[in-house]
Amino acid sequence: MRILVSILLTALLTFAFGLYLPWWSAALAPFVVALLIIQRPFHSFVSGFCGLLLLWLVLILVIDSANNGIMSRKVSMLLGLGPSPTVLIIINCVIGALVGGMGALTGSLLIKLKR
Amino acid sequence: MNSRFGYMKIVYFLLSLSVTLILIVLLSSGFGKAPPFGKFVSPQHGFWQNAEPLNKKYSGDLNVQGVDRATHIYFDDRLVPHIFAQTESDAYFAQGYLHAKFRLWQMEFQTIAASGRLTEILGPGPDSAFLNNDRRMRRLGMVYGAKRSLTEMEADEESKKNLAAYTNGVNYYIEHLSESELPIEYKLLNYYPEKWSPYKTALLLKYLSYDLTGSESDIEHTNAKAHFTEEEYKLLYPIMNEASSPVIPKGTIFRAPPDSIAPPSTADSLYFHWKHADTVPNVVEPPAEKGKGSNNWVAGGSKTYSGRPILCNDPHLGLNLPSLWYEIQISTPDYSVYGASLPGAPAIIVGFNDFVAWGVTNAARDVLDYYQVTFNDNNKSEYWLNGEWKKAELTIEKYKMKDGSEFTDTVAYTEFGPVLYDNSYNGKGRVASNMNLAAKWTAHLPSNELKTFVELNKARNYEDYLKAIRYFSCPGQNFAFASKSGTIALWQQGKFPRKWNMQGDFIMPGADTSYRWQSFIPQSENPHIVNPERGFVSSANQVPADTSYPYYLGGDYDVYRGLQINRMLEIMSGVSPEDMQQMQNDNYNAFAENAVPFMIGNTKEILLTPDEKVFLDSLRDWNFRNENNFTAPTIFVTWFESLEEMIWKDEFDKQPGTSVLPESATLIELLKKDSAFSFIDDINTPEKESLADVITRAFKKAAIKLAAAKQEGRLTWSKFKDTGIRHLLRMEPLSRFHLNTGGGRNVINATQQFWGPSWKMIVHLTDTTEAYGIYPGGQNGNPGSYHYDEFVTNWAEGKYYKLWQMRGEESGDRRVKHVLKLSPPFN
Repeated sequence: MRILVSILLTALLTFAFGLYLPWWSAALAPFVVALLIIQRPFHSFVSGFCGLLLLWLVLILVIDSANNGIMSRKVSMLLGLGPSPTVLIIINCVIGALVGGMGALTGSLLIKLKR
Repeated sequence: MNSRFGYMKIVYFLLSLSVTLILIVLLSSGFGKAPPFGKFVSPQHGFWQNAEPLNKKYSGDLNVQGVDRATHIYFDDRLVPHIFAQTESDAYFAQGYLHAKFRLWQMEFQTIAASGRLTEILGPGPDSAFLNNDRRMRRLGMVYGAKRSLTEMEADEESKKNLAAYTNGVNYYIEHLSESELPIEYKLLNYYPEKWSPYKTALLLKYLSYDLTGSESDIEHTNAKAHFTEEEYKLLYPIMNEASSPVIPKGTIFRAPPDSIAPPSTADSLYFHWKHADTVPNVVEPPAEKGKGSNNWVAGGSKTYSGRPILCNDPHLGLNLPSLWYEIQISTPDYSVYGASLPGAPAIIVGFNDFVAWGVTNAARDVLDYYQVTFNDNNKSEYWLNGEWKKAELTIEKYKMKDGSEFTDTVAYTEFGPVLYDNSYNGKGRVASNMNLAAKWTAHLPSNELKTFVELNKARNYEDYLKAIRYFSCPGQNFAFASKSGTIALWQQGKFPRKWNMQGDFIMPGADTSYRWQSFIPQSENPHIVNPERGFVSSANQVPADTSYPYYLGGDYDVYRGLQINRMLEIMSGVSPEDMQQMQNDNYNAFAENAVPFMIGNTKEILLTPDEKVFLDSLRDWNFRNENNFTAPTIFVTWFESLEEMIWKDEFDKQPGTSVLPESATLIELLKKDSAFSFIDDINTPEKESLADVITRAFKKAAIKLAAAKQEGRLTWSKFKDTGIRHLLRMEPLSRFHLNTGGGRNVINATQQFWGPSWKMIVHLTDTTEAYGIYPGGQNGNPGSYHYDEFVTNWAEGKYYKLWQMRGEESGDRRVKHVLKLSPPFN
């Protein structure tokens, strides 16, 4: 239950941070969530990872469908990943998830220092 | 708590923190050509933010510091903005805002290229290609010319005001641009836009001069002159091709100038000195794709079904995305003008208003000449002039690389102009490294071309047009004109040096001011034609007038497009805009008509294999139309190329230095006139080849290439020609390749591989103007927008859009899709 709340809060907070802060808010927001919702480091990592995965995937799918895939096809080809954007989207989300997971893990380990 | 356990906790924390920070730093920096990846893929910041929803709304109500009165911008379904402003300044503010909103990256990129700063965003490039390009721009005096023109523009109160308003509009957009809204090219190359300034507009206008007059063959002609005899030279590079149909009809009587000019007395020994070889490395660069041509014509009232003129224009330029053009309507209480604008500059370049229409083609005159100067030492601080050492003005040019390193270059400015080529820069072996060549170019002259366009935008009659074009110096253009009152006209306008015969066709001696351009041709004597009896005016980069024109025209002119346009207009009557559309799309190849029967007639068919005969037969059945699905144009072009190689290569291989081969039109005239033309023989073989030998051999050689093309399935003309529109950064996924088009060189529909009709416009000057237009691009420069390349498919098919010159009272019209209001603050 705690982990689910943490995932959702991570997604929401990252989105809110992203409106005002540079891209690395993808690490900062999960870090903050890990401070607020205390979990074991591994669980925090999973929350950050999944929170970012969820947020970025949803954002990307919404943007991509409204755009009819015009941009994703071009960028995918620019990066040498072929005309189908699937691989691009997977790599893209995993990058976000890793950053998010590491942010959360760092937060969780910081809390542990104090306990 | 166990202290060792606590110590490990700190280690784990620090480890995790470091990994996170390293990840962020790595993903925030670009490596080599790669963009900063984290930033780039973040859906809230990176490229996903450039993926515009198909139904994106551009409406809004902005409180803007910079407009005096509320200004409305109505976008139609093609995203063409119709600006309704209360003052001209507000209109230009809005135009600047729109150019920035939809084309910011390209307009800045072009000014960066024009000022020789590409290395800052792209690095030195493979083989220092970008650095060399930058050096060429600065050494040619692009920045120098732009600054001089800016001073001239800002000396004019009205121009200064217009430029300021436009600049404010651009900067208003840039100042309110968020990181996520940055055009994708900035994100890919990891840099940010600078503030706009009137200087950048001046640079952009100079870039047009560069594009249209910045290349010449003077050095190659000098090399040819040193190798061939005078007779040969004059045959190979004639002043005027006999097949030409000049802009001003043959037989027109010109006013003789009150005085005459003569070459300096030393010209025979110092300038012409036929057949004297300078030693330069023999580099034959692949010939640049010729095609910077354009068509314009006006069918006068006597030629049209309505009795009103129809003006047509299609400037041919490099086909790029985002497009060079941005379609726009500008309305103030005084005038309403519609047409193609140039992102980076205020006003409309080619268009029409409620009274008149105008269009341009390149005059193609030679306005860039070279003077060979001698320096006293390697510092280039002094050069020899009129018997003494004169101080050169040295400018230090610094080129910053993307990685922060710097390259420094010294450019010497002389009496004649900046020294473009010297021992530090020889243009990839174009000139011998011991040669110092100063470039004299009309684009260095202070001028205010912008005023021409601003004034044309509000012109009401022929007199206004005439006043407007007088401000135009460079690049020389053929300004076609038509008014609703029925006047049709065409002036070749520009500041053209008055030259003695063949002056500047070769490198000139620079030790002596007697070789300077002495004066300019008086503006009133520029070739022009007003309401001619034949009922039409036209230009297609051909020679402006025949040799009875009392000034030396020099240059390098197109022949067959102009010929075909004039032939067609001559016999047309009752013309409609639809006829004009067909004519702009016409694929008839007048050059092939001239060459093919002659070539077939001189082919020894007995020597051809059955497979080769098949190729020849399809050429025999050809109607000389370069249609997309025909194979004959491919066969003809391949055959002619191989013929040119056989005729010229043996002789030109022996010519030292870079060379430029004679025009195709020249070759066919020479062969037709003299079947014993000495260049026909292959000088590398003992036997003497006849014309038929060479033509047949050329065919057999071409047949090998054709067979290969057939194997690869690209024998049909559109596949062989393979028209494409390239992104300015040459990034393939942002380009549109493999378009199915006909046309080509020597054809009115001048669509080549990467060159072609840019803005095609047809204006019927009826009481309510009826106009059509299209360009190969789209209104939004963002590759993630549906509007990025929206017009390309229709353009390739030769279709047009009906242009809507919106009236103020039509704000409720169904065609209005978005409304953007710019209001002054606190209003």
